[in-house]
Amino acid sequence: MARVSLQNLTKTYAGGYLRAVDGLNVDIADGEFLVLVGPSGCGKSTALRMIAGLEDITDGAVWIGDQFVNDVHPKDRDIAMVFQNYALYPHMSVFDNIAFALQISQMPRSEIDARVREAARILELTDYLKRRPGHLSGGQRQRVAMGRAIVRNPSVFLMDEPLSNLDAKLRVQMRAEIHSLQHRLGVTTIYVTHDQTEAMTMGDRVALLKDGVLQQVDRPTDIYNRPANTFVAAFIGSPTMNLYHAAIDGGPTLKLGSSDIRIPQSVFDARPGLSRYKGKPLIAGIRPEDIGDAATAPQRDPSRELTAKVELFEDLGSDTLVHLGVDAQAAEVRSSDSLDEIKSNDAKGRCIARFTAKSEVAIDQTVTVQLDTERLHFFDAETGEAIWT
Amino acid sequence: MATSKTTDAVAAPVFERSYDTEALAANRRRRRNKARAKKLGLHLILLGLLFVMLYPVIWMVFSSLRPENEIFADLGLIPDTWTLQNYITGWNLFGDKTFGVFFVNSFIICALAIIGNLVACSMAAYAFARLNFRFKWFWFALMLGTIMLPIHAQLIPQYVFFLKIGWVNTILPLVVPKFLATDAFFIFLMVQFMRSLPRELEEAATIDGATYWQRYWRIILPLTMPALATTAVFTFINTYNDFFGQLIYLTEIDKMTVPVALRLFLDPSGGTSSYGGMFAMVLVSIGPVLGFFLASQRLLVRGIATTGFK
Repeated sequence: MARVSLQNLTKTYAGGYLRAVDGLNVDIADGEFLVLVGPSGCGKSTALRMIAGLEDITDGAVWIGDQFVNDVHPKDRDIAMVFQNYALYPHMSVFDNIAFALQISQMPRSEIDARVREAARILELTDYLKRRPGHLSGGQRQRVAMGRAIVRNPSVFLMDEPLSNLDAKLRVQMRAEIHSLQHRLGVTTIYVTHDQTEAMTMGDRVALLKDGVLQQVDRPTDIYNRPANTFVAAFIGSPTMNLYHAAIDGGPTLKLGSSDIRIPQSVFDARPGLSRYKGKPLIAGIRPEDIGDAATAPQRDPSRELTAKVELFEDLGSDTLVHLGVDAQAAEVRSSDSLDEIKSNDAKGRCIARFTAKSEVAIDQTVTVQLDTERLHFFDAETGEAIWT
Repeated sequence: MATSKTTDAVAAPVFERSYDTEALAANRRRRRNKARAKKLGLHLILLGLLFVMLYPVIWMVFSSLRPENEIFADLGLIPDTWTLQNYITGWNLFGDKTFGVFFVNSFIICALAIIGNLVACSMAAYAFARLNFRFKWFWFALMLGTIMLPIHAQLIPQYVFFLKIGWVNTILPLVVPKFLATDAFFIFLMVQFMRSLPRELEEAATIDGATYWQRYWRIILPLTMPALATTAVFTFINTYNDFFGQLIYLTEIDKMTVPVALRLFLDPSGGTSSYGGMFAMVLVSIGPVLGFFLASQRLLVRGIATTGFK
């Protein structure tokens, strides 16, 4: 077991022109499960490969335990890696696949046998030890890849999108298995994924990358409830957070298109910095589940309601996703770096709300929705940074 | 939940279908007969062409089974008298040495050439496919360039070189170069094959602690088997059939190989030639190459198909 520390980790290509990973600073505690998440091409796999030693480090440092490992060979870093396509040796049996690293290190045969059987028992692979990977199902191959990692008792697990080749159902199952396995073994784990559900459900902490730059690293609930900027807000959560250009005036009310929404004092208490934005443009965000059908609300409150037209709805059984056309200027998030990319759509903003299954909606119907104003999010209109202090 | 779904059932249109089954069957029969006649005609033409091409071989088979003096006297196919005498004289023509000696010599050279090519070419290919070194692409292009160099252009300098180091009249000039990865075609074949193997396999092995040698030997080589089989088969056929190289380097009779020895049956200076013996031994010498080819045909096709040489 070991802690892993990334200090200003940087990878550039094409003579510094392309920055795949840009000054990444993260400390991963001993036994922690850290998920690196971000859209494709954000540098998360490159960062992982630098930790593994499969990629040269342009700048910065990687520490594993007390060892500075920048120039240490992958095999001496005491890590195990699970690859996206599993990278099982097709010509070897499951036993040999799991035992390969131990055979290379010339461990006595009896101990190899004991260790492989123990790993196989944990992963329920005992009946398949003699088979070749080609004769296994996707889930079983995934388990063999896990077995190959755990059999070595490494200090750190590195996993590069290990579930993305599985079908949806198996993915949910393996997600739980990997999570509980990691919990049981207590091995420090760095897990790369582009799937935010995996990130939210598996990680002790989630690190969100965009264009090689770390946006936020936090516990899943914090990253969901207190996103650092509009990019994080839009990336985490499905459906994505609704973001609008808005303004706050003296009331204090939020001017959202032609609607006025009263903001409770508690919101200002939680965000002292918000009072500075009175009369200035900002971006307001609200998650779909914080927009309810006023008709089914326990208590009507016109000061936090607005009307909208139903454009489309998706009935999920447990609840209904309602696409609404609202009279507000939507803020489309492409980048948190500059105003240029917090672009406005046409004035007619779209909004996705999550209604309970009790609500009755029809296309083209006008509905009144109630916002949970306590759970509004506010961002600077120029930088996209969350407004707190 | 009030939805705006339409639930009106649309009546599916019903099509009246009627066929003249008799006419359809007759039509089908006619089409089938026509196709069959076409196929038959095509086969007859192909068989005819095959016979024309195979005639010299067939003639040789029958000639090897008739007495020596009848071979050129009677140009018909079927012999008047059947005999196996040509096989006996051919096998024992060279005094105390039987023709078997030449087979042994050929097999030794073939075996060494195959081992050499497999070991050396696969190692060179691994280097080109996976390792990084200075001017890699220059060396690769240079290696490929040697394919274009005609063998006759290399022959004299090579001969002079081997003569100077005293290797002429030994099998060394035919075998040692194979251990130095000189067959660029096979290197290229294997490079292409190795490049198609997922890189993650080696990365996984690297993390597992495998050295370059272990990665080559335990991961890459077993997975390159189809390309290795192709190389082995081609090397056998090329070496076994190589007349020219063996002719110039092997001069003593007890070192000669099958193709060189077959030449000894004929005396170009007008002395006695044993055509019957030669025909018989030619047929015997076709055996190994034919057997090897048939046995490895499937591997050969798989190797070529998977290397993208389709």
